[in-house]
Amino acid sequence: MNGIKIETTDLNLYYGNHHALKAVTMDIRADAVTALIGPSGCGKSTFLKALNRMNDLTKGVRITGRVRLDGVDIYASGVDMTALRRRVGMVFQQPNPFPMSIYDNIAYGPRIHGEKSRARLDAVVERSLRRAAIWEETKDRLKKPAAGLSGGQQQRLCIARALAVEPEVLLMDEPTSALDPASTLKIEELLLQLKRSYTVVIVTHNMQQAARVADDTAFFLAGEVIEKGRTKRLFSGAQDTRTRDYIAGRYG
Amino acid sequence: MDIRLQQADYNRAQGEASMSLTGKRSHTQRIEVLAESVFTVCAFFAVFAVFAITLYMIANGVPAICRLGVREILFSSVWKPTAADPSFGILYVILSSVAGTALAVLLGVPAALLTAVFLAEVAPRPLAAVVRPAVELLAGIPSVVYGLLGMLILNPLMYRLEQRLFRGSGTHQFTGGANLLSAALVLAVMILPTVISVSETALRAVPEQLRASSMALGASRIQTIFRVVLPAARPGIVTAVVLGVGRAMGEAMAVNLVSGGSVNVPLPFSSVRFLTTALVSEMGYAEGLHRQALFTIGLVLFGFIMIVNILLHRILRGADGP
Repeated sequence: MNGIKIETTDLNLYYGNHHALKAVTMDIRADAVTALIGPSGCGKSTFLKALNRMNDLTKGVRITGRVRLDGVDIYASGVDMTALRRRVGMVFQQPNPFPMSIYDNIAYGPRIHGEKSRARLDAVVERSLRRAAIWEETKDRLKKPAAGLSGGQQQRLCIARALAVEPEVLLMDEPTSALDPASTLKIEELLLQLKRSYTVVIVTHNMQQAARVADDTAFFLAGEVIEKGRTKRLFSGAQDTRTRDYIAGRYG
Repeated sequence: MDIRLQQADYNRAQGEASMSLTGKRSHTQRIEVLAESVFTVCAFFAVFAVFAITLYMIANGVPAICRLGVREILFSSVWKPTAADPSFGILYVILSSVAGTALAVLLGVPAALLTAVFLAEVAPRPLAAVVRPAVELLAGIPSVVYGLLGMLILNPLMYRLEQRLFRGSGTHQFTGGANLLSAALVLAVMILPTVISVSETALRAVPEQLRASSMALGASRIQTIFRVVLPAARPGIVTAVVLGVGRAMGEAMAVNLVSGGSVNVPLPFSSVRFLTTALVSEMGYAEGLHRQALFTIGLVLFGFIMIVNILLHRILRGADGP
């Protein structure tokens, strides 16, 4: 039985007048994979971004309610954004390595946080690339531009980049939707490895993916959480007809 | 409504397709062919112009080199084209142009880059709405006006500075403030609008996700701008700098008014003559070998601009190409 890593209470989010998240109350278990599913525009990506306050970058966003990370409200005044984002990492839909070498991509986060020792950076780079299962492919070309990697490799590089700052939570916004099936499979295998030491929250449009990798699943519709629980139960017998319809592909 | 319009388009297209199948050349097709040839002619006009200018510059610039020798003209520093025993060394003129341009770029590019960053990344919308038109207006001001302002405002200030710095100096030749430094300052301002607007466009083209990724790693806005956004915009910024160098190198009118105009070693407080200003001020009365030597100056200027365009791009861009 895992403890609760993140709990949201009555979380509402507005883009101007648009009510994008409606009273979302949810517990996210530590060291497990939680999938957020639902049709486009249902608020699942918005919810994901609320967990490391990336919505703050968007103009006209207003948030009420609580998001607690290990019991501490991340929207309380005086929260150090750098420290928060260090603990809660993020991987985006499009693989987006920085325009620099593979090494510098991974070292970017640690350097931002003040790491200067070459030896320690070397160690972090190797460890992060190994954890993201891309060390073997990149160890001989660390000084080469990251743009030279394939799309799937770039995405694993981005995961390694996020891991390099030693986060506790990894948020992933449709991390495989821009990738081919073989690369997708690699990332899914990686996810199953990662959940041993990280809390993973993943937004996905792919029902099979949710079924394959997620321990828990939450179904979003029009800004509300319709149903949430263990993935096995949700996929075998959802209580709400809308959840059943969506999972069966009759919706969205 | 839209659907009906699309349907009409579709029907028309179908009609045309069937007509052309029957062998009649439709009106549309004739226009296609005509348009294509107009585009081709226009495109080749630019190519033709570049070739013509290159050939013309070489044909007119080389004779003086042949008559005087490369050393005598390019690497000699005495420029006395109208003396009884004339001498046509343009080394100081070349060095003045290079030094003036380099100084202008050194002063202007950092300021322009920071302005572009401000406009693209930092400025709140109302403030950007004031700054951007100002920058655009700066681009529209005729260069001779920059020269006039330089003469009226910059030169007197420079003269005061000069008097203070060289008080009691026996060797310094006073210039009244018309010197290399004045020229470089005016040029620095003149290249601002080009460098700003081209770099700003490059910064805006950087995908939002790169910024988000950096912020998600805990970086601040400023860290993100300097470590991710600027490097990502590098190719566009290089283009901006190259355009700025070209503009500074090729500018004649403003420089002519503020730089003094004597041929001298390019020191900050010396009156200097640039490649461009030599042409502007002497072409009117030059004849014979003097005239040919001026064309050589033109050729050198042309060569520099070409080198800047081709080489600088390669060097600055090449490092992290895909």
